[in-house]
Amino acid sequence: MSLTASIQTPIRSVVRRRHRTEEAAIGWLAVSPALILLICLLFGPAAAVILFSFTDWQLGAATFRFIGTENFAALWADPPFWKALINTCLYVAIVVPGTVGLGLATALLIEASPALRGFYRAVHFLPVMSTMSAMAVVWGTMLHPSIGLVNRALAAFGVTGVNWLRDEHTALLALALIGIWQGFGFAMVLFVSGLKAVPQQLYDAAAVDGADGVLDRLRIVTLPMLGPVTMFVIILSASRAFEVFDSVRVLTQGGPNYASEVLLNRLYSESFDYLRTGYGAALTVVYLAIVVALTLAQARFIERRVHYS
Amino acid sequence: MSAHRRYRLAGRIARHALLVVSATFALLPFVWMISLSLKPPDEIFQPDFHLWPKTFLGVENYRVALTAAPMLRFLLNGVFVCATIFALQLMVCVPCAYALAKMRFRGRDTLFSAVLVALLVPPQALAIPHFVLLHVFGLLDTYAALILPWIISAFGIFLLRQFFRSIPDEIIHAARLDGLGEFEIIWRIMMPMSAPALAAFGVFSVVAHWNDLFWPLIAVRTEDISTPALGILLFRDDEAGQFLGPLMAGATIIVAPLLLAFLLAQRRFIDGLATTAMK
Repeated sequence: MSLTASIQTPIRSVVRRRHRTEEAAIGWLAVSPALILLICLLFGPAAAVILFSFTDWQLGAATFRFIGTENFAALWADPPFWKALINTCLYVAIVVPGTVGLGLATALLIEASPALRGFYRAVHFLPVMSTMSAMAVVWGTMLHPSIGLVNRALAAFGVTGVNWLRDEHTALLALALIGIWQGFGFAMVLFVSGLKAVPQQLYDAAAVDGADGVLDRLRIVTLPMLGPVTMFVIILSASRAFEVFDSVRVLTQGGPNYASEVLLNRLYSESFDYLRTGYGAALTVVYLAIVVALTLAQARFIERRVHYS
Repeated sequence: MSAHRRYRLAGRIARHALLVVSATFALLPFVWMISLSLKPPDEIFQPDFHLWPKTFLGVENYRVALTAAPMLRFLLNGVFVCATIFALQLMVCVPCAYALAKMRFRGRDTLFSAVLVALLVPPQALAIPHFVLLHVFGLLDTYAALILPWIISAFGIFLLRQFFRSIPDEIIHAARLDGLGEFEIIWRIMMPMSAPALAAFGVFSVVAHWNDLFWPLIAVRTEDISTPALGILLFRDDEAGQFLGPLMAGATIIVAPLLLAFLLAQRRFIDGLATTAMK
Protein backbone atom coordinates (compact mmCIF):
# COMPACT_ATOMS: atom_id res chain seq x y z
CA MET A 1 0.00 0.00 0.00
CA SER A 2 2.61 2.45 1.10
CA LEU A 3 4.90 1.19 -1.67
CA THR A 4 2.40 1.82 -4.45
CA ALA A 5 1.59 5.20 -3.01
CA SER A 6 5.23 6.24 -2.96
CA ILE A 7 5.62 5.16 -6.57
CA GLN A 8 2.42 6.73 -7.74
CA THR A 9 2.93 10.12 -6.20
CA PRO A 10 5.85 11.21 -8.42
CA ILE A 11 4.08 9.91 -11.52
CA ARG A 12 0.94 11.73 -10.63
CA SER A 13 2.79 14.95 -10.02
CA VAL A 14 4.56 14.64 -13.37
CA VAL A 15 1.24 14.11 -15.07
CA ARG A 16 -0.23 16.99 -13.18
CA ARG A 17 2.71 19.21 -14.04
CA ARG A 18 2.38 18.39 -17.71
CA HIS A 19 -1.33 19.10 -17.42
CA ARG A 20 -0.51 22.37 -15.69
CA THR A 21 1.83 23.57 -18.45
CA GLU A 22 -0.73 22.61 -21.04
CA GLU A 23 -3.43 24.49 -19.16
CA ALA A 24 -1.13 27.50 -18.84
CA ALA A 25 -0.40 27.43 -22.57
CA ILE A 26 -4.09 27.31 -23.45
CA GLY A 27 -4.81 29.99 -20.87
CA TRP A 28 -2.28 32.35 -22.39
CA LEU A 29 -3.60 31.56 -25.85
CA ALA A 30 -7.11 32.47 -24.70
CA VAL A 31 -6.11 35.78 -23.15
CA SER A 32 -3.55 36.81 -25.78
CA PRO A 33 -5.88 38.74 -28.11
CA ALA A 34 -7.32 40.67 -25.19
CA LEU A 35 -3.87 41.26 -23.72
CA ILE A 36 -2.42 42.55 -26.99
CA LEU A 37 -5.41 44.84 -27.53
CA LEU A 38 -5.33 46.08 -23.94
CA ILE A 39 -1.74 47.14 -24.50
CA CYS A 40 -2.20 48.61 -28.00
CA LEU A 41 -5.56 50.32 -27.52
CA LEU A 42 -5.68 51.13 -23.82
CA PHE A 43 -2.47 51.21 -21.80
CA GLY A 44 -0.27 52.30 -24.71
CA PRO A 45 -2.57 55.19 -25.66
CA ALA A 46 -2.97 56.19 -22.00
CA ALA A 47 0.82 56.41 -21.72
CA ALA A 48 0.93 58.30 -25.02
CA VAL A 49 -1.51 60.93 -23.75
CA ILE A 50 0.70 61.56 -20.74
CA LEU A 51 3.74 61.78 -23.03
CA PHE A 52 1.98 64.21 -25.43
CA SER A 53 1.02 66.43 -22.51
CA PHE A 54 4.70 67.33 -22.03
CA THR A 55 5.17 68.36 -25.67
CA ASP A 56 4.15 71.28 -27.86
CA TRP A 57 2.94 68.96 -30.60
CA GLN A 58 0.14 70.09 -32.89
CA LEU A 59 -1.77 67.52 -34.92
CA GLY A 60 -0.26 67.28 -38.38
CA ALA A 61 3.01 68.96 -37.41
CA ALA A 62 6.10 66.99 -38.39
CA THR A 63 8.09 67.77 -35.29
CA PHE A 64 7.57 68.50 -31.64
CA ARG A 65 9.73 69.17 -28.65
CA PHE A 66 9.41 68.47 -24.97
CA ILE A 67 8.42 71.54 -23.03
CA GLY A 68 8.14 70.06 -19.56
CA THR A 69 5.12 71.21 -17.62
CA GLU A 70 4.47 74.31 -19.74
CA ASN A 71 1.10 72.98 -20.92
CA PHE A 72 -0.05 72.44 -17.36
CA ALA A 73 1.13 75.90 -16.36
CA ALA A 74 -0.80 77.36 -19.32
CA LEU A 75 -3.85 75.35 -18.28
CA TRP A 76 -3.58 76.66 -14.73
CA ALA A 77 -3.57 80.22 -16.08
CA ASP A 78 -6.36 79.63 -18.63
CA PRO A 79 -9.71 81.17 -17.54
CA PRO A 80 -11.82 79.03 -19.93
CA PHE A 81 -10.38 75.90 -18.32
CA TRP A 82 -11.40 77.04 -14.86
CA LYS A 83 -14.77 78.10 -16.22
CA ALA A 84 -15.20 74.60 -17.68
CA LEU A 85 -14.18 72.92 -14.43
CA ILE A 86 -16.49 75.06 -12.31
CA ASN A 87 -19.38 74.68 -14.77
CA THR A 88 -18.96 70.91 -14.86
CA CYS A 89 -19.13 70.79 -11.07
CA LEU A 90 -22.16 73.11 -11.09
CA TYR A 91 -23.83 70.96 -13.71
CA VAL A 92 -23.23 67.85 -11.58
CA ALA A 93 -24.52 69.70 -8.51
CA ILE A 94 -27.81 70.48 -10.29
CA VAL A 95 -28.31 67.27 -12.24
CA VAL A 96 -27.59 64.80 -9.42
CA PRO A 97 -30.21 66.02 -6.92
CA GLY A 98 -32.73 66.47 -9.74
CA THR A 99 -32.14 63.00 -11.16
CA VAL A 100 -32.07 61.24 -7.78
CA GLY A 101 -35.08 63.12 -6.36
CA LEU A 102 -37.25 62.68 -9.44
CA GLY A 103 -36.09 59.09 -9.88
CA LEU A 104 -36.92 58.20 -6.29
CA ALA A 105 -40.29 59.94 -6.37
CA THR A 106 -41.40 58.24 -9.57
CA ALA A 107 -40.11 54.87 -8.37
CA LEU A 108 -42.11 55.12 -5.14
CA LEU A 109 -45.23 56.17 -7.03
CA ILE A 110 -44.88 53.47 -9.67
CA GLU A 111 -44.33 50.71 -7.12
CA ALA A 112 -47.15 51.93 -4.86
CA SER A 113 -49.76 50.03 -6.88
CA PRO A 114 -49.74 47.59 -9.79
CA ALA A 115 -52.12 49.71 -11.88
CA LEU A 116 -50.43 50.76 -15.15
CA ARG A 117 -47.07 49.95 -13.57
CA GLY A 118 -45.46 48.59 -16.74
CA PHE A 119 -46.77 51.49 -18.81
CA TYR A 120 -45.37 54.15 -16.50
CA ARG A 121 -42.04 52.38 -16.21
CA ALA A 122 -41.65 52.19 -20.00
CA VAL A 123 -42.66 55.83 -20.53
CA HIS A 124 -40.21 57.13 -17.93
CA PHE A 125 -37.44 55.02 -19.38
CA LEU A 126 -37.83 56.26 -22.98
CA PRO A 127 -35.50 59.29 -22.58
CA VAL A 128 -32.73 56.98 -21.34
CA MET A 129 -32.84 55.06 -24.61
CA SER A 130 -33.06 58.04 -26.93
CA THR A 131 -30.09 59.30 -28.93
CA MET A 132 -28.96 62.43 -27.12
CA SER A 133 -27.67 64.31 -30.16
CA ALA A 134 -31.06 64.04 -31.91
CA MET A 135 -33.01 64.84 -28.76
CA ALA A 136 -30.73 67.81 -28.09
CA VAL A 137 -31.72 69.15 -31.50
CA VAL A 138 -35.36 68.73 -30.44
CA TRP A 139 -34.71 70.42 -27.07
CA GLY A 140 -33.09 73.26 -28.99
CA THR A 141 -36.41 73.95 -30.72
CA MET A 142 -38.37 73.55 -27.46
CA LEU A 143 -36.16 76.17 -25.81
CA HIS A 144 -36.31 78.51 -28.83
CA PRO A 145 -37.13 82.03 -27.59
CA SER A 146 -40.17 82.68 -29.81
CA ILE A 147 -41.52 79.43 -31.25
CA GLY A 148 -40.32 77.11 -28.46
CA LEU A 149 -42.74 75.16 -26.31
CA VAL A 150 -41.24 76.41 -23.04
CA ASN A 151 -41.72 80.10 -23.79
CA ARG A 152 -45.15 79.51 -25.36
CA ALA A 153 -46.21 77.78 -22.14
CA LEU A 154 -44.77 80.59 -20.01
CA ALA A 155 -46.54 83.16 -22.19
CA ALA A 156 -49.83 81.42 -21.43
CA PHE A 157 -49.21 82.36 -17.78
CA GLY A 158 -48.22 85.89 -18.78
CA VAL A 159 -44.50 85.28 -18.19
CA THR A 160 -42.00 86.37 -20.82
CA GLY A 161 -39.37 83.68 -21.24
CA VAL A 162 -35.74 84.36 -22.07
CA ASN A 163 -33.52 82.95 -24.82
CA TRP A 164 -32.56 80.04 -22.61
CA LEU A 165 -29.56 78.73 -24.52
CA ARG A 166 -28.13 82.12 -25.54
CA ASP A 167 -28.42 83.74 -22.13
CA GLU A 168 -25.36 83.53 -19.88
CA HIS A 169 -27.51 83.07 -16.79
CA THR A 170 -29.68 80.24 -18.08
CA ALA A 171 -27.62 78.26 -20.61
CA LEU A 172 -26.09 75.86 -18.07
CA LEU A 173 -29.40 75.55 -16.25
CA ALA A 174 -31.20 74.62 -19.47
CA LEU A 175 -28.56 71.98 -20.22
CA ALA A 176 -28.95 70.61 -16.69
CA LEU A 177 -32.69 70.32 -17.24
CA ILE A 178 -32.00 68.25 -20.35
CA GLY A 179 -29.58 66.13 -18.31
CA ILE A 180 -32.21 65.44 -15.68
CA TRP A 181 -34.77 64.63 -18.37
CA GLN A 182 -32.46 62.04 -19.88
CA GLY A 183 -31.29 60.46 -16.64
CA PHE A 184 -34.12 60.28 -14.15
CA GLY A 185 -35.77 57.24 -15.75
CA PHE A 186 -32.60 55.26 -15.19
CA ALA A 187 -32.48 56.30 -11.54
CA MET A 188 -36.15 55.26 -11.30
CA VAL A 189 -35.35 51.76 -12.57
CA LEU A 190 -32.52 51.33 -10.08
CA PHE A 191 -34.73 52.53 -7.22
CA VAL A 192 -37.48 50.12 -8.29
CA SER A 193 -35.06 47.19 -8.07
CA GLY A 194 -34.05 48.48 -4.63
CA LEU A 195 -37.70 48.67 -3.56
CA LYS A 196 -38.35 45.10 -4.67
CA ALA A 197 -35.56 43.96 -2.36
CA VAL A 198 -37.18 45.43 0.77
CA PRO A 199 -38.51 42.40 2.73
CA GLN A 200 -42.26 42.35 3.28
CA GLN A 201 -41.74 41.31 6.93
CA LEU A 202 -40.39 44.76 7.71
CA TYR A 203 -43.66 46.33 6.59
CA ASP A 204 -45.60 43.74 8.58
CA ALA A 205 -43.50 44.43 11.66
CA ALA A 206 -43.97 48.18 11.22
CA ALA A 207 -47.73 47.63 10.90
CA VAL A 208 -47.74 45.67 14.17
CA ASP A 209 -46.02 48.64 15.77
CA GLY A 210 -48.80 50.86 14.50
CA ALA A 211 -47.00 52.36 11.52
CA ASP A 212 -49.44 51.51 8.73
CA GLY A 213 -49.94 54.92 7.12
CA VAL A 214 -48.23 55.50 3.80
CA LEU A 215 -45.92 58.19 5.12
CA ASP A 216 -45.04 56.20 8.26
CA ARG A 217 -44.11 53.17 6.20
CA LEU A 218 -42.04 55.39 3.93
CA ARG A 219 -40.20 57.07 6.80
CA ILE A 220 -39.64 54.03 9.01
CA VAL A 221 -39.05 51.23 6.51
CA THR A 222 -38.68 52.22 2.86
CA LEU A 223 -36.29 55.15 2.91
CA PRO A 224 -33.80 53.66 5.41
CA MET A 225 -33.77 50.41 3.45
CA LEU A 226 -33.08 52.33 0.23
CA GLY A 227 -29.91 53.89 1.66
CA PRO A 228 -27.36 51.79 -0.24
CA VAL A 229 -29.27 52.04 -3.55
CA THR A 230 -29.53 55.80 -3.12
CA MET A 231 -25.79 56.05 -2.59
CA PHE A 232 -25.26 54.00 -5.70
CA VAL A 233 -27.64 56.11 -7.80
CA ILE A 234 -25.96 59.30 -6.61
CA ILE A 235 -22.54 57.99 -7.60
CA LEU A 236 -23.73 56.72 -10.96
CA SER A 237 -25.59 59.87 -11.94
CA ALA A 238 -22.68 62.02 -10.75
CA SER A 239 -20.17 60.18 -12.91
CA ARG A 240 -22.53 60.36 -15.89
CA ALA A 241 -23.16 64.05 -15.37
CA PHE A 242 -19.42 64.62 -15.15
CA GLU A 243 -19.12 63.28 -18.70
CA VAL A 244 -21.67 65.68 -20.18
CA PHE A 245 -20.79 66.48 -23.79
CA ASP A 246 -23.47 65.74 -26.42
CA SER A 247 -26.03 68.34 -25.39
CA VAL A 248 -23.36 71.02 -24.92
CA ARG A 249 -21.76 70.29 -28.28
CA VAL A 250 -25.06 70.29 -30.14
CA LEU A 251 -26.71 73.27 -28.47
CA THR A 252 -24.24 75.82 -27.12
CA GLN A 253 -20.64 74.75 -27.94
CA GLY A 254 -19.89 76.04 -24.46
CA GLY A 255 -21.24 79.53 -25.09
CA PRO A 256 -22.29 82.22 -24.66
CA ASN A 257 -18.97 83.53 -23.39
CA TYR A 258 -18.05 80.15 -21.83
CA ALA A 259 -21.21 80.24 -19.68
CA SER A 260 -21.93 76.59 -20.50
CA GLU A 261 -18.38 75.41 -21.17
CA VAL A 262 -17.70 71.95 -19.68
CA LEU A 263 -14.55 69.83 -19.41
CA LEU A 264 -15.21 67.36 -22.21
CA ASN A 265 -16.23 70.09 -24.64
CA ARG A 266 -13.08 72.03 -23.75
CA LEU A 267 -11.06 68.87 -24.28
CA TYR A 268 -12.70 68.32 -27.66
CA SER A 269 -12.26 71.91 -28.84
CA GLU A 270 -8.60 72.20 -27.91
CA SER A 271 -7.69 68.77 -29.30
CA PHE A 272 -9.77 68.57 -32.45
CA ASP A 273 -11.01 72.06 -33.37
CA TYR A 274 -7.77 73.96 -32.69
CA LEU A 275 -5.57 70.85 -33.06
CA ARG A 276 -3.45 71.89 -30.08
CA THR A 277 -2.60 68.30 -29.30
CA GLY A 278 -0.08 68.88 -26.53
CA TYR A 279 -2.39 71.28 -24.74
CA GLY A 280 -5.39 69.02 -25.28
CA ALA A 281 -3.40 66.11 -23.91
CA ALA A 282 -2.60 68.10 -20.76
CA LEU A 283 -6.31 68.80 -20.39
CA THR A 284 -6.99 65.09 -20.93
CA VAL A 285 -4.50 64.15 -18.21
CA VAL A 286 -6.28 66.46 -15.77
CA TYR A 287 -9.65 65.02 -16.78
CA LEU A 288 -8.30 61.48 -16.45
CA ALA A 289 -6.85 62.24 -13.02
CA ILE A 290 -10.16 63.64 -11.76
CA VAL A 291 -12.19 60.71 -13.09
CA VAL A 292 -9.78 58.11 -11.68
CA ALA A 293 -9.68 59.86 -8.29
CA LEU A 294 -13.48 60.05 -8.13
CA THR A 295 -13.87 56.42 -9.19
CA LEU A 296 -11.38 55.20 -6.60
CA ALA A 297 -13.04 57.27 -3.90
CA GLN A 298 -16.41 55.77 -4.86
CA ALA A 299 -15.03 52.23 -4.83
CA ARG A 300 -13.56 52.83 -1.38
CA PHE A 301 -16.81 54.28 -0.17
CA ILE A 302 -18.97 51.45 -1.49
CA GLU A 303 -16.59 48.82 -0.12
CA ARG A 304 -16.74 50.32 3.35
CA ARG A 305 -20.53 50.54 3.31
CA VAL A 306 -20.91 46.95 2.19
CA HIS A 307 -18.37 45.90 4.80
CA TYR A 308 -20.27 47.50 7.65
CA SER A 309 -23.77 46.60 6.59
CA MET B 1 -64.77 51.72 6.45
CA SER B 2 -66.11 54.05 3.79
CA ALA B 3 -63.80 56.81 5.02
CA HIS B 4 -60.92 54.39 4.65
CA ARG B 5 -62.06 53.49 1.16
CA ARG B 6 -62.34 57.11 0.15
CA TYR B 7 -58.84 57.68 1.51
CA ARG B 8 -57.47 54.86 -0.62
CA LEU B 9 -59.30 56.10 -3.70
CA ALA B 10 -57.80 59.56 -3.18
CA GLY B 11 -54.37 57.95 -2.90
CA ARG B 12 -54.86 56.09 -6.15
CA ILE B 13 -55.95 59.23 -7.97
CA ALA B 14 -53.05 61.22 -6.54
CA ARG B 15 -50.63 58.53 -7.72
CA HIS B 16 -51.91 58.70 -11.29
CA ALA B 17 -52.06 62.49 -11.26
CA LEU B 18 -48.44 62.81 -10.18
CA LEU B 19 -47.22 60.11 -12.55
CA VAL B 20 -49.02 61.74 -15.46
CA VAL B 21 -47.08 64.93 -14.71
CA SER B 22 -43.68 63.19 -14.66
CA ALA B 23 -44.64 61.05 -17.67
CA THR B 24 -45.55 64.25 -19.54
CA PHE B 25 -42.11 65.65 -18.74
CA ALA B 26 -40.52 62.45 -20.08
CA LEU B 27 -42.65 62.33 -23.22
CA LEU B 28 -42.96 66.01 -24.09
CA PRO B 29 -39.86 66.24 -26.33
CA PHE B 30 -41.02 63.19 -28.30
CA VAL B 31 -44.54 64.57 -28.72
CA TRP B 32 -43.17 67.99 -29.73
CA MET B 33 -40.77 66.39 -32.18
CA ILE B 34 -43.45 64.32 -33.90
CA SER B 35 -45.92 67.21 -33.91
CA LEU B 36 -43.43 69.54 -35.63
CA SER B 37 -42.42 66.80 -38.05
CA LEU B 38 -45.97 66.82 -39.44
CA LYS B 39 -46.35 70.58 -39.89
CA PRO B 40 -45.68 73.12 -42.63
CA PRO B 41 -43.29 75.99 -41.71
CA ASP B 42 -45.94 78.68 -41.31
CA GLU B 43 -47.81 76.60 -38.74
CA ILE B 44 -44.61 76.07 -36.74
CA PHE B 45 -44.04 79.82 -36.59
CA GLN B 46 -47.58 81.03 -35.98
CA PRO B 47 -48.34 82.24 -32.45
CA ASP B 48 -51.01 79.69 -31.49
CA PHE B 49 -49.91 76.11 -31.08
CA HIS B 50 -51.84 73.00 -32.07
CA LEU B 51 -50.61 69.51 -31.37
CA TRP B 52 -52.08 68.17 -34.60
CA PRO B 53 -51.32 70.16 -37.81
CA LYS B 54 -54.12 71.90 -39.65
CA THR B 55 -52.33 71.27 -42.92
CA PHE B 56 -50.79 67.84 -42.79
CA LEU B 57 -47.28 67.99 -44.26
CA GLY B 58 -45.97 64.80 -42.64
CA VAL B 59 -45.41 62.84 -45.83
CA GLU B 60 -43.53 65.71 -47.46
CA ASN B 61 -41.36 66.39 -44.38
CA TYR B 62 -40.33 62.76 -44.04
CA ARG B 63 -39.70 62.54 -47.78
CA VAL B 64 -37.37 65.54 -47.59
CA ALA B 65 -35.58 64.09 -44.55
CA LEU B 66 -35.08 60.76 -46.28
CA THR B 67 -33.90 62.20 -49.60
CA ALA B 68 -31.92 65.32 -48.60
CA ALA B 69 -29.71 63.27 -46.29
CA PRO B 70 -28.97 59.54 -46.35
CA MET B 71 -31.10 58.87 -43.24
CA LEU B 72 -31.55 55.16 -43.89
CA ARG B 73 -27.84 54.92 -44.59
CA PHE B 74 -27.15 56.42 -41.14
CA LEU B 75 -29.36 53.77 -39.55
CA LEU B 76 -27.73 50.95 -41.51
CA ASN B 77 -24.32 52.33 -40.55
CA GLY B 78 -25.44 52.31 -36.93
CA VAL B 79 -26.59 48.70 -37.16
CA PHE B 80 -23.41 47.62 -38.93
CA VAL B 81 -21.04 49.45 -36.60
CA CYS B 82 -22.80 48.35 -33.40
CA ALA B 83 -23.12 44.73 -34.54
CA THR B 84 -19.48 44.54 -35.61
CA ILE B 85 -18.24 46.12 -32.39
CA PHE B 86 -20.26 43.70 -30.28
CA ALA B 87 -19.22 40.63 -32.30
CA LEU B 88 -15.54 41.56 -32.06
CA GLN B 89 -15.88 42.38 -28.37
CA LEU B 90 -17.27 38.89 -27.78
CA MET B 91 -14.49 37.22 -29.76
CA VAL B 92 -11.88 39.02 -27.69
CA CYS B 93 -13.55 39.16 -24.27
CA VAL B 94 -15.16 35.72 -23.94
CA PRO B 95 -11.98 33.59 -24.15
CA CYS B 96 -10.13 36.03 -21.91
CA ALA B 97 -12.95 36.09 -19.34
CA TYR B 98 -13.11 32.29 -19.38
CA ALA B 99 -9.37 31.92 -18.83
CA LEU B 100 -9.46 34.46 -16.02
CA ALA B 101 -12.39 32.72 -14.36
CA LYS B 102 -11.71 29.04 -14.84
CA MET B 103 -8.08 28.33 -15.78
CA ARG B 104 -4.89 28.40 -13.76
CA PHE B 105 -1.77 29.95 -15.22
CA ARG B 106 0.97 32.24 -14.06
CA GLY B 107 0.22 35.90 -14.49
CA ARG B 108 -3.53 35.40 -14.37
CA ASP B 109 -4.05 37.56 -11.30
CA THR B 110 -1.76 40.27 -12.66
CA LEU B 111 -3.76 40.34 -15.86
CA PHE B 112 -7.01 40.59 -13.93
CA SER B 113 -5.59 43.53 -11.96
CA ALA B 114 -4.72 45.14 -15.28
CA VAL B 115 -8.34 44.70 -16.40
CA LEU B 116 -9.52 46.39 -13.20
CA VAL B 117 -7.13 49.30 -13.79
CA ALA B 118 -8.35 49.56 -17.39
CA LEU B 119 -11.91 49.89 -16.08
CA LEU B 120 -10.90 53.22 -14.54
CA VAL B 121 -9.93 54.83 -17.84
CA PRO B 122 -12.76 56.86 -19.42
CA PRO B 123 -12.81 56.29 -23.20
CA GLN B 124 -12.77 60.03 -23.96
CA ALA B 125 -9.29 60.24 -22.42
CA LEU B 126 -7.92 58.02 -25.20
CA ALA B 127 -9.36 60.04 -28.09
CA ILE B 128 -6.11 61.82 -29.04
CA PRO B 129 -3.87 58.71 -29.27
CA HIS B 130 -6.62 56.72 -30.99
CA PHE B 131 -6.95 59.52 -33.51
CA VAL B 132 -3.19 59.57 -34.09
CA LEU B 133 -3.03 55.78 -34.36
CA LEU B 134 -5.82 55.67 -36.94
CA HIS B 135 -4.19 58.56 -38.83
CA VAL B 136 -0.86 56.67 -38.97
CA PHE B 137 -2.58 53.63 -40.45
CA GLY B 138 -4.61 55.79 -42.83
CA LEU B 139 -7.88 54.57 -41.34
CA LEU B 140 -9.49 57.86 -40.34
CA ASP B 141 -12.91 58.47 -41.87
CA THR B 142 -13.57 54.75 -42.43
CA TYR B 143 -15.78 52.19 -40.72
CA ALA B 144 -12.62 50.79 -39.13
CA ALA B 145 -12.10 54.11 -37.35
CA LEU B 146 -15.55 53.80 -35.79
CA ILE B 147 -15.04 50.19 -34.75
CA LEU B 148 -11.40 49.48 -33.86
CA PRO B 149 -11.01 51.57 -30.69
CA TRP B 150 -13.90 49.70 -29.06
CA ILE B 151 -13.10 46.06 -29.75
CA ILE B 152 -11.36 45.69 -26.40
CA SER B 153 -13.77 46.16 -23.50
CA ALA B 154 -12.32 45.87 -20.01
CA PHE B 155 -15.86 46.10 -18.75
CA GLY B 156 -16.94 43.17 -20.92
CA ILE B 157 -14.08 41.02 -19.65
CA PHE B 158 -14.90 41.93 -16.07
CA LEU B 159 -18.64 41.31 -16.40
CA LEU B 160 -18.26 37.95 -18.17
CA ARG B 161 -15.50 36.79 -15.84
CA GLN B 162 -17.77 37.39 -12.84
CA PHE B 163 -20.55 35.45 -14.53
CA PHE B 164 -18.32 32.55 -15.63
CA ARG B 165 -17.11 32.15 -12.06
CA SER B 166 -20.67 31.44 -10.96
CA ILE B 167 -20.87 28.45 -13.34
CA PRO B 168 -19.94 25.25 -11.40
CA ASP B 169 -16.53 23.70 -12.13
CA GLU B 170 -18.16 20.24 -12.35
CA ILE B 171 -19.74 21.15 -15.67
CA ILE B 172 -16.35 22.03 -17.09
CA HIS B 173 -14.72 18.89 -15.66
CA ALA B 174 -17.46 16.77 -17.17
CA ALA B 175 -16.95 18.45 -20.54
CA ARG B 176 -13.20 17.85 -20.35
CA LEU B 177 -13.79 14.18 -19.54
CA ASP B 178 -16.01 14.02 -22.61
CA GLY B 179 -12.96 15.08 -24.59
CA LEU B 180 -13.91 18.69 -25.31
CA GLY B 181 -11.03 21.12 -25.72
CA GLU B 182 -11.01 24.40 -23.80
CA PHE B 183 -12.13 26.46 -26.78
CA GLU B 184 -14.97 24.05 -27.49
CA ILE B 185 -15.97 24.42 -23.85
CA ILE B 186 -15.92 28.20 -24.26
CA TRP B 187 -18.06 28.41 -27.38
CA ARG B 188 -20.33 25.38 -26.93
CA ILE B 189 -20.91 25.30 -23.18
CA MET B 190 -20.05 28.61 -21.55
CA MET B 191 -21.63 30.82 -24.24
CA PRO B 192 -25.09 29.20 -24.15
CA MET B 193 -25.05 29.08 -20.34
CA SER B 194 -24.14 32.75 -20.11
CA ALA B 195 -27.02 34.03 -22.25
CA PRO B 196 -28.29 36.48 -19.59
CA ALA B 197 -24.85 38.03 -19.05
CA LEU B 198 -24.19 38.20 -22.80
CA ALA B 199 -27.57 39.84 -23.37
CA ALA B 200 -26.87 42.39 -20.65
CA PHE B 201 -23.46 43.18 -22.12
CA GLY B 202 -24.99 43.34 -25.60
CA VAL B 203 -27.62 45.86 -24.56
CA PHE B 204 -24.99 47.93 -22.76
CA SER B 205 -22.63 47.88 -25.74
CA VAL B 206 -25.19 48.55 -28.47
CA VAL B 207 -26.96 51.36 -26.61
CA ALA B 208 -23.63 53.04 -25.80
CA HIS B 209 -22.32 52.94 -29.36
CA TRP B 210 -25.60 53.69 -31.12
CA ASN B 211 -25.96 56.86 -29.06
CA ASP B 212 -22.29 57.88 -28.96
CA LEU B 213 -21.50 61.26 -30.48
CA PHE B 214 -18.04 62.07 -29.08
CA TRP B 215 -16.03 59.52 -31.03
CA PRO B 216 -17.85 59.60 -34.42
CA LEU B 217 -17.48 63.39 -34.36
CA ILE B 218 -13.71 62.92 -34.14
CA ALA B 219 -13.23 59.88 -36.37
CA VAL B 220 -15.54 60.56 -39.30
CA ARG B 221 -16.18 63.41 -41.74
CA THR B 222 -17.93 61.68 -44.65
CA GLU B 223 -21.70 61.59 -44.57
CA ASP B 224 -21.85 58.10 -46.07
CA ILE B 225 -20.23 56.40 -43.10
CA SER B 226 -21.81 58.50 -40.34
CA THR B 227 -23.64 56.81 -37.51
CA PRO B 228 -27.14 58.06 -36.56
CA ALA B 229 -26.00 60.33 -33.71
CA LEU B 230 -23.60 62.16 -36.04
CA GLY B 231 -25.89 61.97 -39.07
CA ILE B 232 -28.62 64.10 -37.53
CA LEU B 233 -26.08 66.89 -36.91
CA LEU B 234 -24.81 66.72 -40.49
CA PHE B 235 -28.42 66.97 -41.63
CA ARG B 236 -29.00 69.97 -39.37
CA ASP B 237 -26.09 71.75 -41.04
CA ASP B 238 -27.47 70.87 -44.51
CA GLU B 239 -29.66 73.24 -46.42
CA ALA B 240 -32.79 71.10 -46.01
CA GLY B 241 -32.14 70.76 -42.28
CA GLN B 242 -32.69 74.49 -41.84
CA PHE B 243 -36.39 73.76 -42.08
CA LEU B 244 -37.76 72.52 -38.80
CA GLY B 245 -40.33 70.13 -40.23
CA PRO B 246 -37.83 67.95 -42.11
CA LEU B 247 -35.29 68.33 -39.27
CA MET B 248 -37.77 66.97 -36.73
CA ALA B 249 -38.73 64.22 -39.16
CA GLY B 250 -35.05 63.34 -39.37
CA ALA B 251 -34.71 63.30 -35.58
CA THR B 252 -37.74 61.00 -35.37
CA ILE B 253 -36.17 58.61 -37.87
CA ILE B 254 -32.89 58.62 -35.89
CA VAL B 255 -34.35 57.91 -32.43
CA ALA B 256 -37.13 55.55 -33.55
CA PRO B 257 -35.21 52.25 -34.04
CA LEU B 258 -33.73 52.03 -30.54
CA LEU B 259 -36.96 53.19 -28.92
CA LEU B 260 -38.96 50.58 -30.85
CA ALA B 261 -36.44 47.88 -29.94
CA PHE B 262 -36.79 48.94 -26.33
CA LEU B 263 -40.59 48.85 -26.42
CA LEU B 264 -40.50 45.35 -27.93
CA ALA B 265 -38.06 43.98 -25.36
CA GLN B 266 -38.45 46.23 -22.34
CA ARG B 267 -37.41 43.69 -19.72
CA ARG B 268 -34.24 42.79 -21.63
CA PHE B 269 -33.20 46.41 -21.97
CA ILE B 270 -34.04 47.52 -18.43
CA ASP B 271 -32.50 44.44 -16.81
CA GLY B 272 -29.48 44.63 -19.08
CA LEU B 273 -28.74 48.27 -18.36
CA ALA B 274 -29.54 47.96 -14.65
CA THR B 275 -27.31 44.92 -14.08
CA THR B 276 -24.40 46.35 -16.06
CA ALA B 277 -24.72 49.59 -14.09
CA MET B 278 -24.65 47.70 -10.77
CA LYS B 279 -21.26 46.17 -11.55
